[in-house]
Amino acid sequence: MSPQTHAGIDYSKVDEILSAFEYKKSNLIAILQKVQEVFRFLPLDVMTYIGTKIEGLSPATVYGVATFYAQFSLEPKGKYEIKVCDGTACHVRGSMPVLNAVYQCLNLKDGVYTSEDGLFSVETVSCLGACGLAPVVVVNDKVYPQMTADAIKIVIATIMNEEEEGK
Amino acid sequence: MSDKKTLIINGKEVEFTDEPNLLEVIRKAGFNVPTFCYRPDLTQYGACRMCVVEVEYPNGRTLINSSCTMPPEANIKVKTNTERTRRIRKTVLELLLANHDRECTTCDKSGKCELQQYAEEYGIKDVSKYVEKRKEDFLPIDNSNPALVRDPNKCILCGACVRACTEFQGHSVLGFANRGSKTLVQPIAGKALSKVDCVFCGQCQAVCPTGALTIKNEVNDVWSLITDPNKKVLAQIAPSVRVAIGEEFGLEPGANTIGLINAALKEIGFDLVFDTNFSADLTIMEEAHEFVERVSKGENLPLFTSCCPAWVRYLETQHPEMLNHLSSCKSPQGMLSPILRELVPQYFEGYTSENINIVSIMPCTAKKVEAKRAQLRKDGKFETDYVLTTQELAKMIKSAGIDFKSLEPVEGDSPFAQYTGAGTIFGASGGVAEAAVRTAYEFVTGEPLSDLDINGMRGVDKNHRCKDVELDIKGTKVKVRVVSTLKEAEKSLQEIKNGTADFHMLEVMACPGGCINGGGQPRSCDDSHIKEKRAAGLYKEDTELTYRRSNDNPDIKKLYKEFLESPGSHKAHELLHTAYQDKFKGSYKDVVKN
Repeated sequence: MSPQTHAGIDYSKVDEILSAFEYKKSNLIAILQKVQEVFRFLPLDVMTYIGTKIEGLSPATVYGVATFYAQFSLEPKGKYEIKVCDGTACHVRGSMPVLNAVYQCLNLKDGVYTSEDGLFSVETVSCLGACGLAPVVVVNDKVYPQMTADAIKIVIATIMNEEEEGK
Repeated sequence: MSDKKTLIINGKEVEFTDEPNLLEVIRKAGFNVPTFCYRPDLTQYGACRMCVVEVEYPNGRTLINSSCTMPPEANIKVKTNTERTRRIRKTVLELLLANHDRECTTCDKSGKCELQQYAEEYGIKDVSKYVEKRKEDFLPIDNSNPALVRDPNKCILCGACVRACTEFQGHSVLGFANRGSKTLVQPIAGKALSKVDCVFCGQCQAVCPTGALTIKNEVNDVWSLITDPNKKVLAQIAPSVRVAIGEEFGLEPGANTIGLINAALKEIGFDLVFDTNFSADLTIMEEAHEFVERVSKGENLPLFTSCCPAWVRYLETQHPEMLNHLSSCKSPQGMLSPILRELVPQYFEGYTSENINIVSIMPCTAKKVEAKRAQLRKDGKFETDYVLTTQELAKMIKSAGIDFKSLEPVEGDSPFAQYTGAGTIFGASGGVAEAAVRTAYEFVTGEPLSDLDINGMRGVDKNHRCKDVELDIKGTKVKVRVVSTLKEAEKSLQEIKNGTADFHMLEVMACPGGCINGGGQPRSCDDSHIKEKRAAGLYKEDTELTYRRSNDNPDIKKLYKEFLESPGSHKAHELLHTAYQDKFKGSYKDVVKN
């Protein structure tokens, strides 16, 4: 996973986020979440920028936090963000075959989490709090309960078809 | 609060007062526990788990605790060396070794490496029961700059370098990245140190227990110079080297070994040996002149000292708009080399500007970078050819088979052999300002300053990183601030920007306590008091010397009379002053303009 630089970043958006969170060191994770919401990932230059703007932080420290948490992506995320829950309940009910099916479907290799066309990105999350529906997959806030390898393939194929038709 | 509190360590009753942690109490009591991550001048971290001890509480419970993070408690019984603690430490060592590039013999830290030392002490012979690090998984070594080498394959993630960078320089160029088994210590996104805002102070390297951060070793290059019969090799030795190098040969910290260093250098094969103390005096002549001029004109105040190359780089990259405050004087290293190149051929037969090579011996890793500055180059040639740190010179002396302690002391070479106490104290935080005031006073009033000890500027421990002194120069109040560490310097810069600053001169040394604690000095990170002893050694030499004001130095007077005319003259500017460069572009803060 190599971090990406991003030409033409609108830093006024970053400034807005920073001032909303009062330039506080303790708000770093919330700030990064918001930045990721805006840019769909954390560009290296934005992490550097945040590191120089907040007292007590440095670019290397911000990078450290961003790479510690799986929720942060250093490469652009896809239009559709697939979150495969791998909490205990989902795991025992077979989330791994679901995840592998997603990787296979999107032709992703180890360390690459966004499909080549930029349409999909995949991440595992630790628990979505919907253990009764295990195993759970969430695609852009839409919840898909009791997934199987075959079911998720259909979900992805449906989205792909819609995208095709949309064009 | 005066209640006597005691605890038991290995059966011995030990008193304690305000020690920050149990480890300090253990060490004061004469015992020791191994540690990788504990450094008394940095915050406690508890990463390595080597300092674990068995603690028996009064209620009978026994727990294993890391002694560096545990505050001392009354009436506990501590055992530092039990079957359990040994087993834990051995496991820690085995796991670290399995995940380590164990090519020890060619490692620059070999013989000084704590991992190597403890592995040997604990008799670790085999780690094959763990999955060992494979050569093909090794990460590239960062060899991109003239001062430091970062080898991530030897990092044990103790975090000492990250804390040093953060707590000393306020800079955190190094940080942790990733998580779990993929964790690394590196500059942002694994960039090279030369591509980030590193100032090359070398404090990260000074606290590193292994070969993960080392000084770029230039010993072999210097040997090639010395063994070349067509080359004349000149040495210059910085003030603080003399009070530290003895530690490498079993002498006490603070012991002044300048005579032995001169002798060793001659023995090694250096042709002429000079003292950077002499050019420290020269720096004072120029800088005091500059200071007096600025005060009288009210221009570019406060004046910033410019001896510390890490500080100069910090200003150039972080605050280029404040470079006008920086003294235009070269550092003592930067001043002596051009003077030697210019004058040695006049005084010594067989020396020409072509065959002279200059090697400086410095306590500092950033000096290696300074020597490569474009501004310190003349006719396409660097004025200083190589910079060796104190550590490297010690290696050189050892490899030459010289018995350092039994050498007959030798004096430096004339015409620049004499130096004053003012030059010597450059090595301790506050020394440059004190030396400058001693001379500036006389420049302004025409009378010599009577009380030469300005105690308010002295002190190199944690509590003396920012010192304010107000002086009365015949009715004119002059305020001087002395800071060490760039974290403190940054606070002063912010005061200047806010308009709340109230001082005329700012002395900055990037290393805590000044050059005596420089990144190139012998290892001293386990004991806060070593730097105090080294500083005491310098202040002792100051009182022992015939002259204690730079302007009294007879060799300096002669140099001005015969060659430089007067401080601030055209000739002096040509040789002794320099220009600075706005290096904001490409620095972290430049990101907006990309």
